[in-house]
Amino acid sequence: MGKVAEGQVSVEKFSFMTTTLNDAIGWARKYSIFQYPFVTACCGMEYMSTACSHYDVDRFGAGFPRFSPRQSDVLFVVGTISHKMAPVLKTIYEQMCEPKWVVAFGVCTCTGGFYDNYATVMGIDTIIPVDVYIPGCPPRPENVLDGLMKLQDKIQRQKQAF
Amino acid sequence: MRIESLLEHVQSRYADAVVGVAPEVRGDAAVVVKRAALRTFLAAVKSDPELDLNILMDLTALDYLHWEEKEDRFEVVYNLFSLSKNHRLFVKVRVPESDPAVDSAVPVWPAADWYEREVWDMFGIRFTGHPGLKRILMYEGFQGHPLRKDYPYNKRQPIIGPVN
Repeated sequence: MGKVAEGQVSVEKFSFMTTTLNDAIGWARKYSIFQYPFVTACCGMEYMSTACSHYDVDRFGAGFPRFSPRQSDVLFVVGTISHKMAPVLKTIYEQMCEPKWVVAFGVCTCTGGFYDNYATVMGIDTIIPVDVYIPGCPPRPENVLDGLMKLQDKIQRQKQAF
Repeated sequence: MRIESLLEHVQSRYADAVVGVAPEVRGDAAVVVKRAALRTFLAAVKSDPELDLNILMDLTALDYLHWEEKEDRFEVVYNLFSLSKNHRLFVKVRVPESDPAVDSAVPVWPAADWYEREVWDMFGIRFTGHPGLKRILMYEGFQGHPLRKDYPYNKRQPIIGPVN
């Protein structure tokens, strides 16, 4: 064992650690979120602001948008979903591989927002299951990051299928 | 052509088709035309060398459901413009609720195709003689015509596609 200064501990004592496989996979998954941005409306601007360098979503391991649902883990539904778009969203969701999560970004995707009319779907949870709701018109980047951290927490806690 | 002479010309030349003069639309002439004479009127003002209304700028409709002074519920409006003369004519046709149909303007202006599909989609006014009158903005399976005044604004439509 090498010489260690007073008050410090040799790293060799921590050369291994114990955990459960479930926690380890959860840890790996929550820091490698490949997102599919399903951007349909004005919330997209706020999504871009969050994703770019100022707020830097890459700090959370979610900085790599994949534009193929086959390669992505989290579906970010960003913006109003009309009835005409609903089947497309459903198809995209079904094309994603397990495990997958859905984030409803903005109040239109959460509830339909103020679009109480003939064209808009009243919340995407009428079509697909949603894990995290981020309300706001549009939500501030801090709000989005908070939602992302809640999603990470959810991924960490859940029973991992593998 | 000035608005007074334009209206005088239209009223005298096409007296059998024109019902009357409508209020000016932001400084442009507007006439009301008989529904039965619509297509011949549109073709005539297009080929009339003095009017030369060679462009259909817009085609839309109005729903006067709660206007008691209006006999007919709908009005279809054609916005015609002359590139050579730089004048404009609004042509209005009154359409009753019992038979919401007018002749298609597609044989006269092919540009009317999508406008008429939109009016059919939103107001449910049929255009007889249209080459393919189907919804343009809403999807097949949508129930009702959303811009009619008696369409409930918060009516929920069935969700379409692989969802159901």
